[in-house]
Amino acid sequence: MHIMEGYLPVGHAVGWSLASAPFLVWGIRKLTKQLREQPESRLVLGASGGFAFALSALKLPSVTGSCSHPTGVGLGAILFGPATMCVLGFVVLLFQALLLAHGGLTTIGANTFSMAIVGSFVAYGLYRGGATLRLPTNLSVFLAAALGDLATYTVTSFQLALAFPDPVNGFAGSAVKFLGVFAVTQIPLAISEGLLTVLVLNLLRSHAGEQITALVPALKGVSKWSSTTCCSCLA
Amino acid sequence: MLLLLGVVVLALIPLFTVKPAHEGEEIFGGADGHAESAITEIRPDYQPWFTPLWEPPSGEIESLLFGLQAALGAGAIAYCLGYYRGRRGAAKPADAALG
Repeated sequence: MHIMEGYLPVGHAVGWSLASAPFLVWGIRKLTKQLREQPESRLVLGASGGFAFALSALKLPSVTGSCSHPTGVGLGAILFGPATMCVLGFVVLLFQALLLAHGGLTTIGANTFSMAIVGSFVAYGLYRGGATLRLPTNLSVFLAAALGDLATYTVTSFQLALAFPDPVNGFAGSAVKFLGVFAVTQIPLAISEGLLTVLVLNLLRSHAGEQITALVPALKGVSKWSSTTCCSCLA
Repeated sequence: MLLLLGVVVLALIPLFTVKPAHEGEEIFGGADGHAESAITEIRPDYQPWFTPLWEPPSGEIESLLFGLQAALGAGAIAYCLGYYRGRRGAAKPADAALG
């Protein structure tokens, strides 16, 4: 769930758009370079975009009694890096703002920042961190996707708290309120997103292993059984 | 399979455990709607200064577009998986005949 159209004061809307713009320019350059140097990766890129598209459309119920949706940016961030995924995340947000009145054009800068930028960087960073620590691949992927999702909605809450500080308790008071709305709702959804990302990445690894290894050499080979058992314990 | 089961269980639990606080109260509304009421609580005078250029004219049309979005995404993943699976089968016809 993103910040609704018109619900950020003009200054904030412009500010977040300016903050997001350089990442998009960087991402578009990375994306064109990627397609020029590894044109055979375009199908996997399409699948990563498709994953973000599909997951963003799934509004799931949560323990707080409200609904929200996962973001799906973790998969692409792990495979193509955070810059490229910024662009795909932006496209998803644009589609939803224009056709679904979900999110909005005036808030697309802020929403791009939380979902496409922070979400991608957190997911990518955690995956790389997990790989460096030699954690099991599926665990790194799960943590990257789940916490990237959670980070997105934490940022959304802070963005709203910054725009609407509580008259008595200021920024902190509002932050608690918005975190209660977005971040707590998101916890079970983030777990779902982590599980689905492990599932789809392992499908890609077993069917398109060569293409995946060309993108991220560390993802070579699939240990299917250890993956399913390990992550079902986590769930 | 276990992974999918985990996702289904996570989605089902709230449906059975969460009950409306008052009789007849609607639950499982969007988190963005809840944020909207939180904003109104903090700044009762705040008026959104921009409205969506186009809104789906009804809940049905909205669910059509959300369904389309999910279908397009799933289609892209399935195309990619099917393409590489098929290509590998074509490269090794013996395996394909066996499998």
